[in-house]
Amino acid sequence: MLTGLSAFEIAAKVRAKEVSCVEVAQAFIDRVGELDGQYGAFLRLAPDVTLEQAAAVQERVDRGEAGLLAGVPIALKDNISTLGIETTCASKILEGYVPPFNATVVEQILAADGVVLGKTNLDEFAMGASTETSAYQLTKNPWDTTRSPGGSSGGSAAAVAAELAPVALGSDTGGSIRQPASLCGIVGFKPTYGRTSRYGLIAFGSSLDQIGPLARNVEDAALLASVTSGKDPRDGTSLPNPPIDISSLKSRSLKGMKVAVPDEMFGDATSPEVQAVIEEAMKTLEAEGVVFNRVSIPSIKLGVTTYYIIAPAEASSNLGRFDGIRYGLRAEGKGHIDLVEKTRSAGFGKEVKTRIMIGTYALSAGYYDAYYVRAQQVRAIMQQEFAQVYQDYDFVLSPTSPITAFKIGELNQDPLALKLLDYCTIPANMGGMPGISINAGFAGGLPVGLQLLAAPLEDESVLQAAYAIEKALPGASGRPPMP
Amino acid sequence: MAITLEEVRHVAKLARLDLDEGEIVYFQSELNALIGHFSDIQKVDVSGIVPTSHAAVMQNVWAEDIAEEGLPRVTALRNAALHRAGLFVVPQIIED
Repeated sequence: MLTGLSAFEIAAKVRAKEVSCVEVAQAFIDRVGELDGQYGAFLRLAPDVTLEQAAAVQERVDRGEAGLLAGVPIALKDNISTLGIETTCASKILEGYVPPFNATVVEQILAADGVVLGKTNLDEFAMGASTETSAYQLTKNPWDTTRSPGGSSGGSAAAVAAELAPVALGSDTGGSIRQPASLCGIVGFKPTYGRTSRYGLIAFGSSLDQIGPLARNVEDAALLASVTSGKDPRDGTSLPNPPIDISSLKSRSLKGMKVAVPDEMFGDATSPEVQAVIEEAMKTLEAEGVVFNRVSIPSIKLGVTTYYIIAPAEASSNLGRFDGIRYGLRAEGKGHIDLVEKTRSAGFGKEVKTRIMIGTYALSAGYYDAYYVRAQQVRAIMQQEFAQVYQDYDFVLSPTSPITAFKIGELNQDPLALKLLDYCTIPANMGGMPGISINAGFAGGLPVGLQLLAAPLEDESVLQAAYAIEKALPGASGRPPMP
Repeated sequence: MAITLEEVRHVAKLARLDLDEGEIVYFQSELNALIGHFSDIQKVDVSGIVPTSHAAVMQNVWAEDIAEEGLPRVTALRNAALHRAGLFVVPQIIED
């Protein structure tokens, strides 16, 4: 079936003219129409736009000019701006907002002859780890539809796992690509901070946010990462380095690879079944020549606090732009300030308000030094501790999430329950490191993700190692129960 | 150091959120749960540590000084709930 193919396979078939771009696009549009009622992965499709783009790509294919993503339909998290396609961040405050420009990553996809399939669900403004804070709908995990796909890129992860899209883009501020990839049994990659342009990504935590791919195999993730990376003059934090180079993706041997395993990422919070799957995978990799050593990185234990000060502080500033005047919801009010307050109160959901409040508090007079500055100091300590580890090791390995997919509604009552589970993914954002989650096996029929981190700018190395690990763990991949 | 209702009202005002009394109580308990957890970083020895606001070391990023077309006015106004004569409409800001 066309929709079960990888992005590489689709592009190859399109280039070989075994199938047309329009046929591919229509097959995915049809599959989403048939199945997404069960998953709620997409907030909206834009079939007219998709089919028009597909037809334009086909013309280039016919002229022999097809790019790397020839005819590959791509799902985009709904915080990535798409020209002419509504973009809401799963928030009521942006209902009806149609961006007048494309994010840089969208332009890069179109330039590589990819096709925009639709916009996927997320936690409101990417604030959450279960996709339950979306103002519009719940997304279900394809492995068990009573469970969460994780988040915040839960819609993108569920879409890729359920073969509603071959690949997707998400965004990762504290684990929002890697954790849903882990819970849905797919690959999720967060590049080095600055490697991918944030232009057109509706900002949450500007020093932490990074766009990256979700895919069903490392090769597809690498392909999409290579297309969507490189210097962008429109993003001041974009690095001058060239796009991620995947020409040597398959060249790396596991033999002699030095991998640090931090004690703090196998803590008491790690469930025994997740621990068992990761340890089993490590045994297999050890037999292939990987050298593992336990290390201690004490600041990991402070990551959750540091993150839940810095990210909300940045968010409280970034979300200041939603004032009801230039775009989005506008409530009636007596005078300007009243209008702004009423608009924001009506438009933002509870989790977003909580984070704006926390961030405002941490930045306010009297608390700034005790919380925000101190968190920035701990962030510096964390960066130093990881840099130290990378002097002796190629990679850091851990579970991506300490638990497998949880039941929808199970962890959204206690304000801390979900947040405390982010400790394995947060350090990559704090230190700008590349990080990938790939499936390591199953526990109780649910996927368990393995995370690999490396020093900033080692994106190519992480992808090469993940590719080699994926090949060494053939039993780790699987397909959820579905048509 | 628990947050008082008065502080919640003050923070809401700074954050431009119009919260009713029920919400003030709700956010007091949410904020206290989170801030209670934040005590762990208060014990860390941070003497001599320079705070970092970023993950990538970059300074003085300059753009080429090249004139470019901006968004056409009609496009920029398209998402505004209210606009008139090519301008965003805001409530009266300066009192009579």
